[in-house]
Amino acid sequence: MRSMRFIALAAAAGLVLTACGGGDDETGSGDGGSGNGGEPVELTFQTLAWQTASVEANEAIVAAWNEANPDIQVELLQGDWNNVQDQLMTSFEGGTAPDVFHYESTVLQDFGDRGNVLDLSEYLSDEIRDDIRAGAWDTATFGDAIYGVPFLQESQVIFANRTLLDAAGVALPTVDDPWTWDEFADVAAQLTTEGQYGAVIPLKAPANRILNLARNFGGDYFTDPTGEVQAVFDEADQEVPRRIHEMLYTENSASPDGVGMSSADALPGFFAGQYALLPGAIWLRQQIIEQAPDGFDWVTLPALEGESSAQGAVSQTLSVSADTEHPEEAVQFIEYFLNAENQVQLAAGDWLLPTSQEAAQAPELNDPATGWDVATATADDLEMAPFQQVKGFEEWKSRIANPAFQEYFSDQISLEDLGAKLVDEGNAVLERYQR
Amino acid sequence: MSRSTPVATTLKYLALACYLVFLAFPLFWLVSTALKTPQELALIDPTWIPDEITFDNFRAAFDEQPIVRSILNTLLVAGVSCAVTVLLSIPAAYVMARYRSALSRLTLVWVLLSQIFPFILVIIPLFLLLRDLGLYDTYIGLIAVYVVWSMPFALWMLRSYVETIPIELEEAASMDGASKLRTLRSVIAPLLAPGVVAAGLFAFVSAWNEFLFALVLIRDPDLQTLSLTLVKFIGAEGVARLGPLAAASLVATIPSLIFFAVMQRRLTGGLLGGAVKS
Repeated sequence: MRSMRFIALAAAAGLVLTACGGGDDETGSGDGGSGNGGEPVELTFQTLAWQTASVEANEAIVAAWNEANPDIQVELLQGDWNNVQDQLMTSFEGGTAPDVFHYESTVLQDFGDRGNVLDLSEYLSDEIRDDIRAGAWDTATFGDAIYGVPFLQESQVIFANRTLLDAAGVALPTVDDPWTWDEFADVAAQLTTEGQYGAVIPLKAPANRILNLARNFGGDYFTDPTGEVQAVFDEADQEVPRRIHEMLYTENSASPDGVGMSSADALPGFFAGQYALLPGAIWLRQQIIEQAPDGFDWVTLPALEGESSAQGAVSQTLSVSADTEHPEEAVQFIEYFLNAENQVQLAAGDWLLPTSQEAAQAPELNDPATGWDVATATADDLEMAPFQQVKGFEEWKSRIANPAFQEYFSDQISLEDLGAKLVDEGNAVLERYQR
Repeated sequence: MSRSTPVATTLKYLALACYLVFLAFPLFWLVSTALKTPQELALIDPTWIPDEITFDNFRAAFDEQPIVRSILNTLLVAGVSCAVTVLLSIPAAYVMARYRSALSRLTLVWVLLSQIFPFILVIIPLFLLLRDLGLYDTYIGLIAVYVVWSMPFALWMLRSYVETIPIELEEAASMDGASKLRTLRSVIAPLLAPGVVAAGLFAFVSAWNEFLFALVLIRDPDLQTLSLTLVKFIGAEGVARLGPLAAASLVATIPSLIFFAVMQRRLTGGLLGGAVKS
């Protein structure tokens, strides 16, 4: 009896261990062979796609590649935006990073300095170099090195409750004749009534947006981004925060609620008619379409114009791990993944701008009914955000800029105090990265 | 025995009701969110009960992510972690409670110290170690980490329980000819039931909810645990797909609720039994 129980226990333990060892035979990066002797090359590709349509597009493109390329098989892994930094850093250290990974241009310099990403400049074809906008390439180019292929970009536009604008007799701006910041402030003031603000400007983590919009007035916030960088707060840098602050507390035409809100947080009030105008990124269209109540009449308006319509922008990128054993195959896959036809699917899935000039011509990315015509028109105004070349920018942003901007937009400190924090405290942070 | 006045009884029940509402509200809100349409989720004045009940969120959750597979994976990892933690902790706790020596005290301090290190500090060395042992991207590696992480707390808890068991019981067993192992198995272990259940629950829940180790140590989509699957409903800039996330979270809660319901009865039963005996 006792021996029977022992055998049963041993069998159960064996079953558990067998189940536990389910992943033992998984290959690591590039373990699948070199393509010699009939063994296909195996690549891993980690995507950060999360919207349903975008995930489906990723799966479809990878499946099509695998079918057409039996010698180079790609395994699709799904990462997530909130933890990708920790996950990638660990896998770089441990030598298990995916061969190809999706992330954004702001981190590439750091990865490049650490030797984690491959310089793609020797591998890329003329075809993809010509198809992707030069401004987008700038975001992934550091000196002579190209650390990623840019493929999706975000731009800022304005969403409007058309019913409220029509009722107030406000003429809608066009792509060729957008509102200036002054006109935007005037319209917001005109639309402000009891129980309704003309605008809500989501400012939960405002640094990126403010710095990108500062390009409207030529603001850079930094001098010599690639050299001995210094944070500055010149007149051009002050324009956007000053104007927003005036709308919040002088003209009272923008709701102070926006200070603590993300763009998505502002939608319920926008739908309820509490705010007539909502400046936001182009991907917010997807949320509006999904969540707006029946009959809600909204429209996408062009980005504001300052001294120019320029906006800073970063890119989502595909990069190749420096440890990959198959750099040529990895780049071949990236070039396929990001061809114009596929970029249309990817951009449509994420409601972001494609960097492919050919993809930007696609009818589905110029549909006025969903604001694509306005969104796509912003592409020519996008330029590399200078801050992304600044070593230590992420720390400057999270430790200094975001809290300082929030204090300013909460009316707790003056514009001068804001400048002092961004410059004095900011330079103390940046200095550490110069050593 | 003094009787409660009606006012005191009413107040007690009122306090209990408030506490129940406090405890149940998150689950109620999860259910409510899971059954709402995207439009209703974006209302400026949130509704308690959905105006229009929809199961689309469940459909989306199951269509887009392998929820069932993730639950099974997590059950396996959490269940084995729980069992191994308890099995290893019982004899260790016994030795630490009964054999007072410098080594025993040193071990106690070491166990306590090991709890001080934050996850993030050990994650890269741990990752390298598991990779070198060939345990990266395997359940065995993940379970080993969870066991190591849960054991200090389980040890401390069980050690306290062992100390409450009268030594005379062991002496009696010894006089009857029982070996140390037999005494531990037949006398101590049954009396430790409440402690074992509490330690097991702790180990199970820790493994069930854990995210960071799973994120770093598991890459194969087929092996991913629930926490890794749920986070995929949250995208760039922290924008969450609330409906499907709530639906998936609700489904994910059910196995652990059942586990708790079953174990809780044993936990309270064991505790009450101990109270009567003492």
